[in-house]
Order: sequence, then structure tokens, then C-alpha cells
Amino acid sequence: MSSARGIGVNVGGQGGYRLPPASALFHPLLAFVRQYGPKVGWSLLSIALFAGLWEFLWYIGVADKRLLPPPHIFLGDFADQAKNFNTAKRWEIGVDPNSGPTPTEAVLITMASSTARVLAGLAIAAIASLCMGVLIRYYAIAEKLILPMVTLLAPVSPVAWLPVAIFLFGIGNGPAIFMVFIALFFTMTLATITQIDSVNRNYINVARTMGASKRQIYARVILPAVLPGLLVVLRLNLFGAWMVVLVAEATGVGYGLGQIISMARNTFNPGLVFFTIVIIGLLGFTFDFALRLLQKRVLFWLPKGQGGLSG
Amino acid sequence: MGERLQSRSPGPRGVRCAGVGKVWNPGTARAHEALADVTLDIAPAEFIVLLGPSGCGKSTLLYLIAGLEQPTSGRIMANGELVVAPAPDRSLIFQETSLFPWLNVSQNVSFGLSIRGAPAEERRETARRVLARVGLAEAIDRHPDELSGGMRQRVAVARALAMQPEVLLMDEPFAALDVQTRVKMQGFLLDVWEASKASVLFVTHHMDEAIALADRIVVFTARPGRIKAIVPVDAPRPRDLTSPASLDLRVRLTALLQDEVDRAFAEQEAISVGA
Repeated sequence: MSSARGIGVNVGGQGGYRLPPASALFHPLLAFVRQYGPKVGWSLLSIALFAGLWEFLWYIGVADKRLLPPPHIFLGDFADQAKNFNTAKRWEIGVDPNSGPTPTEAVLITMASSTARVLAGLAIAAIASLCMGVLIRYYAIAEKLILPMVTLLAPVSPVAWLPVAIFLFGIGNGPAIFMVFIALFFTMTLATITQIDSVNRNYINVARTMGASKRQIYARVILPAVLPGLLVVLRLNLFGAWMVVLVAEATGVGYGLGQIISMARNTFNPGLVFFTIVIIGLLGFTFDFALRLLQKRVLFWLPKGQGGLSG
Repeated sequence: MGERLQSRSPGPRGVRCAGVGKVWNPGTARAHEALADVTLDIAPAEFIVLLGPSGCGKSTLLYLIAGLEQPTSGRIMANGELVVAPAPDRSLIFQETSLFPWLNVSQNVSFGLSIRGAPAEERRETARRVLARVGLAEAIDRHPDELSGGMRQRVAVARALAMQPEVLLMDEPFAALDVQTRVKMQGFLLDVWEASKASVLFVTHHMDEAIALADRIVVFTARPGRIKAIVPVDAPRPRDLTSPASLDLRVRLTALLQDEVDRAFAEQEAISVGA
């Protein structure tokens, strides 16, 4: 991971949005490859090592192909796997069983719908927890009334909220988004408070000596100062969001990656489970990468390697 | 220089500390007396250096005068008014850089003006003017992370000057800089001070810095901080730190500080053994 950082410094890509070097302007692709090439290479090698071991175990007969089918089997026939993804509402009366999207489209729709639920839950939780954290620190009475409850609920496993989600929202997108929200909201609220408390006192004192009101200090000093930390918290919770959304989808939301896993379990289809795991892994990785790019763009002032940029 | 010496009696301008004391966490087991019975008058345009061992409450006095903290005893008057809260005419400059990393130099310097709701053109104009005074006119659109430590402290000084302060409170502002930069910054600060006519209250534990800068050096005792001696320095600036007068002064200050450093050291030892 550190190798990519070193390359990035050479290319100037990390701070390049302000003063892009000529090479980055004329050969964006080249710059991209030089910045991320080694990292991608190592990632591929890591995957190859793991897959190779699995294939080897299958080859010598240790890994049973019915229980632990190796990658070339569960990834080999994409069309066959894709048939299991069906987003047509065939169970509804009056709908032609053969209507609806093709299997490949169905895979994409399934991915998109799970992604959308994660994004929605994440966005709502991020905004709500930021507001709640600021509220708690801004008003002493809010802290006294709300903080104990938030601290009490923070350690509760999101799975415990599943029945509540179904009671409240039935089935569909609602409970899945609610589950992502509830899984992140309490911990992210506490994280926001921690971030606010760790703002450099000098920043606040400077603003105070210049006559800033409490509101101005929160809006113009504390908020920008906590953003880097909060984006890191968001990134760490991203994986949590993906875990929770699968649990929620497994309980019946029409379609989604969690529903596929649940169906694969019920129909004893390990190949489909692994296939879906690969999709989830890829999606989670892409998300993390996107958030890291966002961090670099939004938080240009952070020194390299700080605030989790190097992770 | 002569005018400066004559104008020492504090009128309505300047800062007057009368019997100021500060106890942190009063009434608890962690109660700790940082300052006791500090009486000190700072004349307008006077340069005062507070000298003493680490942890002797020098910085606490600055925070009290800035209005960021309230004294537990005594009172502080600034420009004839009781200090109860921070005010833009008393600017504080910190040891570490306290520039906002998310703002560029111009926005940092004019932060105080934007708090007052000054229009963009006025902010920009003021930023240009004060940055020119600290010799950083060309850095106006850069970001703090692109500047060296010395440049950042100059921007911090510019930010304070933008508020047209009556009193500049400086808490070991050059402590994090290397020796050469530090000496340059002292010369720079003297220029700025001469031009601004503000009083300066400068905290340091460096004797040479005190000798180079001060009209009066206020030597503090350790725990709680009390004024041990006030040593006037009459030599014209820029001062030769190797002159006989400077050497005499250094000997005198060393003698004054030695007991205090020993005492503070012994006390810290005792605390760490007891803990």
C-alpha cells in the first residue's frame, strides 16, 4: 500500500488538482497507470495466490467441488449463474413469467439496487449523525438528554433491529435502508462527538479572540476541522453498511444480493454463494476506492499519509 | 526610544493586571495553582517579555489577558475596561501554527474581518496590506501547507495585525523554529512592532530572545507563577547579544532563573515519583 503513496508523490497526482504537472495533463492514462499500477499489480497477485491455492486444493481433491467449488467453476459459467438473478416480478398475478430483464441485466439491477440501499442508508446516517453530534456538543441540555441513550444503543447489534425494521417498514427498500442507517447512526454520532472534542484548541481560541460567536465557531472552524476525521469514519463504516444490507435483504426485499445469498442457501448452491461474494467484494472495494478519491479531493489540505489517506 | 521609556505609566490604554491569580480545577483533587498575585502594568507600545521555567504559568497569564480564561482572583483591565471575554483588540499568537489549513493565506489573514461580515473586497485589500507588511505579499493565494514554519508564523502575525490590535500576546511563537529562522523572525517582529505601536507581551523560556526583544523582562517563579523580578533593558535595538551589557544581563537573569529551574525540576521529580 505504501508503494502507491511513493509513486503518487513522484507523479504529483495527489496534489495535482491545484497545479497539475504537464505529464498528468497530457498523459492522464499514463499518470494513472504509474500511480495505481503497482497497487493493482499487487492486488491481482494477492487474489491469484488465494485462488491458486483454492484451485490446487480442488485439484488434489481436498476441496469438495459440491461444497467448495473453486473459482473456475463458480465464475466459469457466468450465464448459468446469472439465471439465478431474477428481478422480474414473476410471482405477481398476471405477469408473464418470461417477461423482464435478461439474466445479465438482472445481475446489474440486483447490484445496483443493493448499492442504492447502501448509499441511501449511508447518506442518511452520515447527515443525521453529524447533526446529532453537533447538537449534543452545541447544547448542554441535548447532551444530558440524548447522549446517554445514544451510548446505550451504540453497542446493540444491528441484527437486533431487524424485527423492528420489518415491523416499521414491512418489506422492500425501507427496512434495508433503515438497517444500514441504524447500524451506523449511533456509532457515527459518538465518532462525531469525539472528532469535535479533538479539534485543535488553538483553532477555536483564534476564532474566539477574533470575536467569533459560538455559532460562527461551529460553522467555520469546527465543521471544516472535523470533516477529515468524519470521512475516515464513514469509510470504516462503509463495510459495516455492506454487511448489514445483506442481512436485511435476506429477509425479503424482492431482490438484492442478500436475497440471492439467502436463496443460494435454501437451494444448496455454494457456487452461487461464492459468485455473489465476489460481486460484493468488488462492489465494496470500488466504494472504498471512490471514497478515498473523494477524500483527496475534498480534503486537499491534509498532509499525505494523514487522516487515513494512505490506508 | 526615549519616548517609549517615558510613556510607561499606564493611562487608559495599555493593560493593567492587579493581583491576578489562577487556580485550575478549583475545589477538586486536581486543583492546581498556576498563577498567584501577579501585578503588572503594560504601557501602550511597550515590549514585555515573560521569562521563566516551563509550566510556570506564563502562558496562563496570556490566556487570561486574552480573555479566553477568567482569573480566579484579582482583575485585568485592558484599555480601561475589565477583561471578561476575548476581544479583537487583543490578539493571541501561538507556538504551533494555528492557521486554518482549509483556508488559503488570504482567507486566513482576513478571517477576523469575515467574522465581522466585512465585504470581500475589504477583506482582500486588508489581507494584501498586512501580508505586504510581513513580507509575504506573493503568498496571498497559497495554502498554509505550502509554507515553511517561519512563513506560517509570519502569516499568523499578519492575521493578528489585520485586527489592528492594541495588544499582541505571543505564546512562544518562535519556539518551533530553527535558530537562524528564529533570529530573523525576532528582527522581523521588532520591525512590525515599531510600525504598529501595539503593546507586545511575549512569552519565552529563551534568555537570548528576551534580551534581544524586551523593554522589560518579567522573570517568573515556578508553581505557582509569581513575578520574581522585573528587569528593564535599555540598550537600543538591534541589540548585540555579545556586548558586555548583554553578558551582564545574561548573568543576572541566569542567577534569577537558576533557583526556579532547580525548584521546578525537583517538584516534577517529586510528582513523578509520587505518581
